[in-house]
Amino acid sequence: MLKTRLIPVLLLKNGLLVRSESFSIHQIIGNPIHEVERFNHWNVDELIYLDISREDHYDIGRNDAKIKDLGGALGILEAVSKTCFMPLTWGGRIRTLDDIRARIVRGADKVSINSQAFRTPELIRQASTSFGSQAIVVNIDVRKHEDGTYEVFIDGGDTATGMSPEVWAKRAEEYGAGEILLQSIDRDGSGMGYDLELIEAVSRVTSIPIIALGGVGSFEAYSHGVRAGASAVAAANLWHFKEMADRHGKQALKRAGVNVRL
Amino acid sequence: MIGLIDYGMGNIQSVINGFKAVKAELEVVSSPADLSEVDAVVLPGVGAFGDGMKNLRKLGFDHALREHVLEGGKPMLGICLGMQLLASNSTEHGKHEGLGWIPGEVQRLKNPGDGSIRIPHIGWNDVEVKKDQGLYKGMPHTPTFYFVHSYVFKPEDQDVVSGYCCHGDEFVASVEYKNIMATQYHPEKSQKDGLKILTNWFRMIEKC
Repeated sequence: MLKTRLIPVLLLKNGLLVRSESFSIHQIIGNPIHEVERFNHWNVDELIYLDISREDHYDIGRNDAKIKDLGGALGILEAVSKTCFMPLTWGGRIRTLDDIRARIVRGADKVSINSQAFRTPELIRQASTSFGSQAIVVNIDVRKHEDGTYEVFIDGGDTATGMSPEVWAKRAEEYGAGEILLQSIDRDGSGMGYDLELIEAVSRVTSIPIIALGGVGSFEAYSHGVRAGASAVAAANLWHFKEMADRHGKQALKRAGVNVRL
Repeated sequence: MIGLIDYGMGNIQSVINGFKAVKAELEVVSSPADLSEVDAVVLPGVGAFGDGMKNLRKLGFDHALREHVLEGGKPMLGICLGMQLLASNSTEHGKHEGLGWIPGEVQRLKNPGDGSIRIPHIGWNDVEVKKDQGLYKGMPHTPTFYFVHSYVFKPEDQDVVSGYCCHGDEFVASVEYKNIMATQYHPEKSQKDGLKILTNWFRMIEKC
């Protein structure tokens, strides 16, 4: 039986790992290569890297971070994939088929596309035809309004789209997406747990796997996401600030009766 | 020397890294003429079946692989799409003819439509081993591997199957047929159990 995946998400900004809150506050927390070695050692199920840089410049001159010039995000991907014997999804700043190819060639198993997929959904169709649906993840960022309705935002949470996450997720699936990475902007960095209502709503209208992201502050939150309909549960900040984040996360899932790989 | 076929289908770096971890060096083969230099072949592949066959044909690998592997008997390991291409045909985005070395069809995993099974099949799943003297030698009875696919290979002759997996329906996780072995899962991404598969295959071909 297919096991529920537990996935660390690493956020990369200008060449450094960051911790994020509400999509707006980003604290530098470390080196992107060292972290993957740690996860490799732990045998984590899968790894997602999201490059959330807005500019093309990379902050590689920091002596305290001890990072060599790796030639930007693609260089980092190449270095990461050399030590990564687990499935790797790479997202951020992907706009064309060539962008996708460049990442897959360098060791990404899947790519995650967000704003450009929304602007030109045809990209999803072309990408899934060339690389197979299984390699194309559509990342959907969602804000909950005060009246309780949900809306998809793109451009790192800056641009409102007027579309509901259910409608967009269903459409992305029709265009050939293989997976949805569903992120709650309001819950980002909050530690309040997943937005379960959002996960339920999106998983109800889709038949591809949903990866839940945003809000996990305790290991117990994972199983709530699974019960709401997620096929995989992801978190970012928690992996950096809790001890033994993989093992304790898996144990919490197992205690809740979820089938995981231990 | 082991040749890794580069036909523009995906993630060859991961396969190189995986083999490197078990102390086996792969030589990237981009031209069919170079196949005479290698003793064994790895056929990787991520992507759509139609594109995969089109690329193999365009580069002339379909004939060269037939000559060296099917007729010449060089050991081959197919991974993911590299396994599906062995089939007679596939129904992925229309009907496409495959290499046809192992009669059978590649079909989409069935979606029961009740939300219980989500497709693509992505993640870690147990494999029930049917042949334990080849790829799975010395392994636990139900090792766990990483899968990422929507289509499965249905060979006509089930004797070629060395392992089954289940996602809604039972499907073929690996085949072992004479000198041709192949896995639907990604051994290069399956950590300990996966690297053991690569080690086992490497040891087998060393003896050839």
